Amino acid sequence: MNAVDAQVPRIELRGIDKNFPGVRALDGVDFRLDAGEVHALLGENGAGKSTLIKIMTGALAKDAGEILLDGRPVEIDSTGQARALGISTVYQEVNLVATLSVTKNLTLERQPTRHGLISWRLANERARERLKRLNLDIDVERPLGSYSIAVQQLVAIARALEEDTRVLVLDEPTASLDAREVELLFAIVRDLKARGIAIVFITHFIDQVYAIADRISVLRNGRLVGTAPAAALPRLKLISLMLGRELAHAEDRRKGVETAAGGEPILAAEGLGRRRYMGAFDLRIGAGEVVGLAGLLGSGRTETAKLIFGALRADSGKMRIDGKPVTIRSPRQAIALGLGFCPEDRKAEGLIAELTVRENIILALQTKRGWLRQLPREEQESLAREMIDALGIATPDAEKPVGQLSGGNQQKVILARWLVSRPRILILDEPTRGIDVGAHAEVVALIRRLCKEGLALLVASSELDEIVAVSDRVCVLRDRQKVGEIVGADVTRDNIIHTIAGG
Amino acid sequence: MEHADRLPAAARPPSRLGDLAGRKWFWPVVALGLILLVDAFVSRGFFSIGIVQGRLYGSLIDVLYRGTPIALVALGMAVVIGTKGIDLSVGAVVAIVGAVMTYLIHQDMAAPWVLILTLATGALCGLWNGLLVAVLDIQPIIATLILMVTGRGIALMIDAGLIVTFRSDFFSAISTGQVFTVPSRILVCAGTFVLLWLFLRRTSLGLFVESVGGNAAAADLAGIDARLVKIGAYMLSGLCSGLAGVLICGDIRGSDSNNAGLFIELDAILAVVIGGGSLAGGRFYLGFTVIGVLIIQTLTTSILYSGVPPEYNMIVKGVVVLIVLLLGSRRFRDRVFGVFRRGAA
Repeated sequence: MNAVDAQVPRIELRGIDKNFPGVRALDGVDFRLDAGEVHALLGENGAGKSTLIKIMTGALAKDAGEILLDGRPVEIDSTGQARALGISTVYQEVNLVATLSVTKNLTLERQPTRHGLISWRLANERARERLKRLNLDIDVERPLGSYSIAVQQLVAIARALEEDTRVLVLDEPTASLDAREVELLFAIVRDLKARGIAIVFITHFIDQVYAIADRISVLRNGRLVGTAPAAALPRLKLISLMLGRELAHAEDRRKGVETAAGGEPILAAEGLGRRRYMGAFDLRIGAGEVVGLAGLLGSGRTETAKLIFGALRADSGKMRIDGKPVTIRSPRQAIALGLGFCPEDRKAEGLIAELTVRENIILALQTKRGWLRQLPREEQESLAREMIDALGIATPDAEKPVGQLSGGNQQKVILARWLVSRPRILILDEPTRGIDVGAHAEVVALIRRLCKEGLALLVASSELDEIVAVSDRVCVLRDRQKVGEIVGADVTRDNIIHTIAGG
Repeated sequence: MEHADRLPAAARPPSRLGDLAGRKWFWPVVALGLILLVDAFVSRGFFSIGIVQGRLYGSLIDVLYRGTPIALVALGMAVVIGTKGIDLSVGAVVAIVGAVMTYLIHQDMAAPWVLILTLATGALCGLWNGLLVAVLDIQPIIATLILMVTGRGIALMIDAGLIVTFRSDFFSAISTGQVFTVPSRILVCAGTFVLLWLFLRRTSLGLFVESVGGNAAAADLAGIDARLVKIGAYMLSGLCSGLAGVLICGDIRGSDSNNAGLFIELDAILAVVIGGGSLAGGRFYLGFTVIGVLIIQTLTTSILYSGVPPEYNMIVKGVVVLIVLLLGSRRFRDRVFGVFRRGAA
């Protein structure tokens, strides 16, 4: 293959800006990718990884900046053009058609023809050729869906790879693979790298980054916060780059926390877990206590919350509430036992768009009361009004369908739903995501007030500052395992980051 | 458009006509008004109501009388559609219920027991649909298609492929009798409507139905047993179809498994959609559904009375329904009337 020229990068992005309404997604990002290297691109949710990739592959137009391919400036206006320039992407979700054969998937855009008709014999041959580049020998006439996710992922890569592919972007290719399958994939990635292809590798798994990447770039809040050779970037440094702020900073830890550690916990989970979702963990929450769930994306925060709430059914472990053993097999049971759960993905799991603000707010309280005892209309209205005022929900009135509110206000409505249901144990998954700064403070203040009244809180958040600000105790998760617990005065950013890094 | 001023007053008077046009009830009510207006010119005496042989008589009464089976089926259908489902089997349930009712009457069973068992049969059919949809997770259109196809077969099996007739004062009274000059089936239908409304809107079941239809995952996390709600909705639909079957077969005094309730599902679905229900689920309107039924039945009756050849019946009906739905669609109004507005400017 062609000699690797270390001087001219294969592709270079300079000063890339991208704005979405109200959000600066990318802010002067420089990114440089050399031929024959695997370059890991890291960052938490919303850091700008996908935006950067989409600009590089022509799926989005940049607002400012320039792109150089092998030293020559290029304009990439469409994905088709990106492919013509030798830039290919494999997206996170395998976007192939599972019910079609492997051949049909590989020749979806262009089937070989003979006498104007599609020649499937020729198509099969071509498909086999493409797979051979990845050392994959499978029956191409079988439906894609009959193969494992790993093989499907490889077929997706085979589809993206052309003879002249110079840049290959892999967006979380390992998200649904097990360890053996990841090894298989990595062997192929190393092989492609040896052929001089420049590879961008996006993942959340830190171990995999060190296993495969030559260099690492970290994005945070739309800015490139660092690029370094993998060998020269210790894990601790990497994680603090991802989460923001340097280590050894003074912490303004909340003072004078009255921990309820002495008392009997309201809720105690022992060895709770579910295969493939979350390893067995212990967790206790006392009255008036706030327990934080910290960890990187994909570390199992949401899974932990859902296991406790019964939205995911545990296949191991026990739960106690007030010391009495309970089994929670559904959210309905959890709510009856005094739990509440404000989900992370509020659009998919929280909001009922056609219903009004009032109906959305009283829903959980109503299910708790049962279908027969309907809340009187006046009470519904006063509860809704109270919450609209307390949380500053911007809506002309309580009878507007909630689907017509803005994102932040929709989230407040879901929070309101759980607050009015008066739970004893409330689980908040990303409670302030997408909420504006003013409301953010209101929500945190509200959480504190509720805890004074004896509410037990479990807060999962990707914002370390938020966790540190509200938590009496923090459970630290890594790769779907609980790896540590930090209590009281030790709850600091540094300690959490150390625990995540495995220090 | 000055017609709008004569509409029943809304809770608060909207400031602009455009505001009014956006309301869910506006276009169905206008459509019904227009159809009646046309009738006033086309068929003489359409609005005259008299008493003949101790019974209310007239075209409007006829509309109500003939509309009752569709109304009953449509009310159940509205709830099912509210859960983001659909029930294609309602016509077949009418046939099954008719055959079961006829069979039981011939067993010399006491009439009230026949009624109870017959309605239970309808609910049982709904339970079957509900289990397929909620437990086996089959798409509603397919799940209920199964009973739609097999249901008439089951009915034919019960009555051995014959049109079996019966004499029953009890069922004739329910279906074709009258109470103080008012046809009894209109009272049955009105009573069902009130009971359903109380059952769904004076408890939280209506809210639960709409939550499940709007976002089943969210409803589940809010503590609603989505499965149970869906099963309940299909059972309710089966029960309503059962009652419609009692009226239909009480009218013809026999079972007619091939024809009883044929295509009634189409009228019912249309009525729900005209009444503002969306097949995407999330909302149901019992009152507007009845208006939808009235539109369809008035149309059918008007075409009959107007002297338009009956072979055009279906086409006229289809066109009018299409117009009502188009007017109710915001995007259509914006496109078409937007052009006029721009033209005027």
